[in-house]
Amino acid sequence: MDTFVQQLINGLTIGAIYALIALGYTMVYGILRLINFAHGDIYMVGAFVGYFLAFQLGFAAGPSVVGLTVVLIGSMIAAALVGMAIERFAYRPIRKYARMTTLITAIGVSLLIENLFVAKLGAAPRAFPQLLREQSYTLFGNAAISKSQILIFAVSVLLMLLLQWVIFKTKVGTAMRAVSFNLNSAKLMGINTDFIISFTFALGSALAAAAGVLTAQYNPQIDPLMGIITGLKAFVAAVLGGIGNIPGAVLGGLLIGIAETFVVGYGQNVGVPTTFRDAVAFAILILVLLFRPTGLLGSTVQEKV
Amino acid sequence: MKRLLLSLGLITTLLFVFACERKGGPGAGGNSGTIVVGYYGDLSGRTSNFGQSTKNGVEMAADEINKAGGIDGRQIQILSEDDEGRPEKAATVVTKLIDQDRVIALLGEVASGNTLAAAPKAQAAKVPMISPSSTNPAVTQVGDYISRVCFIDPFQGDVMAKFAANTLKAKKAAIMLDFNSPYSRGLTEFFEASFKKLGGEIVDKQSYTQGDRDYKGQLTAIRSKNPDVIYVPGYYGEVGVIAKQAKQLDIKAPMLGGDGWDSTQLWDLGGDALNGDYISNHYSVDDPSPAIQKFVADYRARYGNVPDALAALGYDAMKVLADAIKRAGTTEEPQLKDAIAATKDFPGVTGTISLDKDRNAVKPAVVLKLQDRKYIYVETIYPEGMTPPAGAPAAPATSSTSPAVAPVSSPTKAASPVVETKKAAPSPQ
Repeated sequence: MDTFVQQLINGLTIGAIYALIALGYTMVYGILRLINFAHGDIYMVGAFVGYFLAFQLGFAAGPSVVGLTVVLIGSMIAAALVGMAIERFAYRPIRKYARMTTLITAIGVSLLIENLFVAKLGAAPRAFPQLLREQSYTLFGNAAISKSQILIFAVSVLLMLLLQWVIFKTKVGTAMRAVSFNLNSAKLMGINTDFIISFTFALGSALAAAAGVLTAQYNPQIDPLMGIITGLKAFVAAVLGGIGNIPGAVLGGLLIGIAETFVVGYGQNVGVPTTFRDAVAFAILILVLLFRPTGLLGSTVQEKV
Repeated sequence: MKRLLLSLGLITTLLFVFACERKGGPGAGGNSGTIVVGYYGDLSGRTSNFGQSTKNGVEMAADEINKAGGIDGRQIQILSEDDEGRPEKAATVVTKLIDQDRVIALLGEVASGNTLAAAPKAQAAKVPMISPSSTNPAVTQVGDYISRVCFIDPFQGDVMAKFAANTLKAKKAAIMLDFNSPYSRGLTEFFEASFKKLGGEIVDKQSYTQGDRDYKGQLTAIRSKNPDVIYVPGYYGEVGVIAKQAKQLDIKAPMLGGDGWDSTQLWDLGGDALNGDYISNHYSVDDPSPAIQKFVADYRARYGNVPDALAALGYDAMKVLADAIKRAGTTEEPQLKDAIAATKDFPGVTGTISLDKDRNAVKPAVVLKLQDRKYIYVETIYPEGMTPPAGAPAAPATSSTSPAVAPVSSPTKAASPVVETKKAAPSPQ
């Protein structure tokens, strides 16, 4: 029993990370119908900004709450700026062209960021400094939860609530929903759509950067290509939950995280090797899409003529 | 998307081909002129600490030889290539070193998987290759031009199994292996066989792949089996994280590993979580023998840090090669490869090096304990049939004088000060 609970906690932890990243995919898709493939790399950029901030500001020397907060917020701001810059210089100029053009541009931006980082910093993994005094708390039996896991849960829930508040309670959130409903009508109603799109990228990128710094506390190994697989799985999570749907992204992320951990934890008992963990995420995706093409929480889109 | 990637790949390849000017062959065989030796290793990839250390060792040895007048008056020149830790790249750079640079011999790689990819190229071109530190048995089975100056995995796996069973008195072991690495799979196989033979039981076997970001699923499964020790024959990048996550899960059983752990970055990743773990390695920097202490001091003066085992093996590989060239009196084949294969009782930093009929070095291994960013010498384990030289460090079980040896009765890690665990009641599973 305690092993099961432990695996559940493990799964929810990585699930929360996927969920944070998936939110960025789903928001951008909701507004622009664009799969921003560079989003996984923003997660990596966030982790690296955090790494350099920690060393530049001297927080790498020892764990401190102040250090962690500054590094977390600093990297979120930096990533938001990077996200806005990508939108402004890569996607906005070609927004009026076919959707395939933007999709391929997104792949290009992703490759550009990855290789820029490899060229500048090298592909060798680096060790993210410990900013949180590690400690684990026993729940019952052998089931334990560590401080970094609690941090991941707490920060991601907080950020998701904040996001919910922004989208449903603020003026800019109302505008975002209007733009996602129909971009041209929103423009006619006097909404500054360029600003709203930019804001959406900033929001999604900040969440991805938070995920980057949080995972680095859990697993200190960071490298320029860390965003590829994690980003891909977060994308799967977004599609699984129903792309464009915000609660769906969170649900999808948590499901993928748990499924993956259970494959590792129990797969061997039923003859599924541990190394199938990545395949499982995609197998689930295919199964769900076969029966519910819009994802778990997605709604069918009415094609208007 | 596939087609896009493919065409991108083709374009980059073409650009690369055109950008590479032909250097011509500076190296020449024969008995005069500069001796050009090729080194290849991971200088920028996931295991770049390995490649860099080895390169440092090789270059230091070459400089020492050159300063002392070279080999029969001929200077040594080292040409280095970066394989980024990727097998396919290793094969490519080795082909380049052979065809374009016309090296007379090759030194490298560290990771067995990369050496195995490059070795057939060297064998086909009849260029001798000495691997400083690839321990998988298959490496020298590629052919008679491939040799190495380190021990092999059957022995290394055996050493850790003996240490676990005899010194730590472990009965139940769990294994966590790097699924795609020949090094890790080899060690697992031999550890398992040897540990079972000594009466132990393997209670769980889990695997991961390089670049995984989360290991808690496997570790939780291992924890539920309550092993006395956990054998993790991987490379430092993943092992550091595994140790950290094991600590977060409050796993108290010590982890055991091999020479793949030996790197300064291990500590940046794992920190205090590594305290109380043990590894088998090629040499100990604490060894008081004058040859080792001189090497450590020279290396530190030159590079500013303590040489890890890979640096020492790189150094030895270069020295063994130089010795063979001297004995052969030529860099022509097949005289040179025969001279390498005939290496006997060569006094290296990592022990006396004699190559057996399969061109593997027969040497003892040391067991080191990890404590506060240091590797503390615990004991030396000799291969069967090899007697410890007189005056060597004490034999296994009697080394109780060493403060590093853990209390034999309980193979449990001492609680480290940074990670405290709050347990309501120590309830058994």
